[in-house]
Amino acid sequence: MPVIGVLALQGDFVEHINMLDTLEVNSKEIRSKNQFKNIDGLIIPGGESTSIMRLIEIFDLKNEIISCSKKGMPIWGTCAGMIIVAQNIIHNESQDKVRKYDPLNLIDIDVNRNAFGRQIDSFEHDIDVEGLHDPYHSIFIRAPQVSRAGKNVEILASINKTKPVILKQDNILVSSFHPELTNDNRIHNLFMQMVLRR
Amino acid sequence: MTTDSDQMTGTWQVKTGLAQMLKGGVIMDVVTPEQAVIAENAGAVAVMALERVPSDIRKAGGVARMSDPKMIAEIIESVSIPVMAKARIGHFAEAQILEALGVDYIDESEVLTPADENNHINKHDYKVPFVCGSRDLGEALRRIGEGAAMIRTKGEAGSGNIVEAVRHARKVLGQIKHIHGMEPDELMATARDLKAPFALVKKIHETGSLPVVNFAAGGISTPADAALMMQIGVDGVFVGSGIFKSETPEIMADAIVKATTHYQDPAILAEISKGLGSAMKGIDLRTLPESEQLSKRGW
Repeated sequence: MPVIGVLALQGDFVEHINMLDTLEVNSKEIRSKNQFKNIDGLIIPGGESTSIMRLIEIFDLKNEIISCSKKGMPIWGTCAGMIIVAQNIIHNESQDKVRKYDPLNLIDIDVNRNAFGRQIDSFEHDIDVEGLHDPYHSIFIRAPQVSRAGKNVEILASINKTKPVILKQDNILVSSFHPELTNDNRIHNLFMQMVLRR
Repeated sequence: MTTDSDQMTGTWQVKTGLAQMLKGGVIMDVVTPEQAVIAENAGAVAVMALERVPSDIRKAGGVARMSDPKMIAEIIESVSIPVMAKARIGHFAEAQILEALGVDYIDESEVLTPADENNHINKHDYKVPFVCGSRDLGEALRRIGEGAAMIRTKGEAGSGNIVEAVRHARKVLGQIKHIHGMEPDELMATARDLKAPFALVKKIHETGSLPVVNFAAGGISTPADAALMMQIGVDGVFVGSGIFKSETPEIMADAIVKATTHYQDPAILAEISKGLGSAMKGIDLRTLPESEQLSKRGW
């Protein structure tokens, strides 16, 4: 049976673990370097991307995550997690004094943080996801937008046919919404198919 | 096919969802854009924009109101993380103004002087989510009944003393455990005794947990305080005066962020607690007259 590591530095990692439980998938919380052993997949949850990136840096986890990816391990980033694994982050110019982190560059996309707006613009929306028969009711919270996707990146769902919200390149899956906040485990199941196919 | 027209904003899911994203994180009180930047760079998950931190509100006396919208707007401009701001208990016009400013969360807070001694804000009326303080489960469920999407302990703000936050967190979590273990026959009498909505008491009985995220607030001043509250069982921490009233705010902010992630690891906590300079001074609450206890405001 595969074990999924869930990065547990900050954010809604417990909700991912609960969702994996519904699929009877074993998981473990990851906070330190020595906990990356014996996992078959990694989820980087929703949360505040600046906070998680700072903690990744302080506790020196960057190279661990990159080496998991190089080995071909499936990695899924939701919302903040998508920002963290992107190639580039587009910043708001008025926020010139806050520290800018280099993302992990695991997938060939540029991400514009909070481009769907502030909390007042957070929304729920039904989307059609490639590989799923029925629409998926998705929750977007101060969500990031993908402003560029490379030619090898597969777009699995978009809003208005122009704004991709779930994308995949090789072993990397990203979503700008939060499947872990719903009762619908189909996207977690898609990720588990990536893990089991390896 | 789905269409774009079915986007729904201001729902319970998106309101409670933002609080889920803040879990395991530290929300810091800031009074200037410069402090907000220090907070974000230290790893805060959100900032609370206000004119004075609670310990200064205590010193200043008089009526404490919503902060100047100009200052709140400048803080919103300067950071990328969510910005919260405080409205007085029951002051729905202040809440309307904060919503119009685009703040991400409103704290209907006992730290400001209450505007209504009887009624809290009807928080269902807003697209912006609210966080409210509580001393026990009844108070928490009344606030959730009014639409609060996140709960925090009241603690004793601006005191630098953790004792009230511990009391409130233990009380709420203990009452949840107690209700979870009850016979269904006992729930109505419990709702009556707690002065809480029956439907929410029933939900606690079924799930054994609050339906919203629960943070600690009021008196957290050191990394050890944050670790204590996390181990007691809260989802994250608010730090008010504790950071910018300490000797070296950058270092204290950084240490409290690390402690909130590694709250279960004493070796890491020992390392990050070294050489932080002095924490804020603090007050022995037994010497504080009841009229000056902020946690007694609201019901």
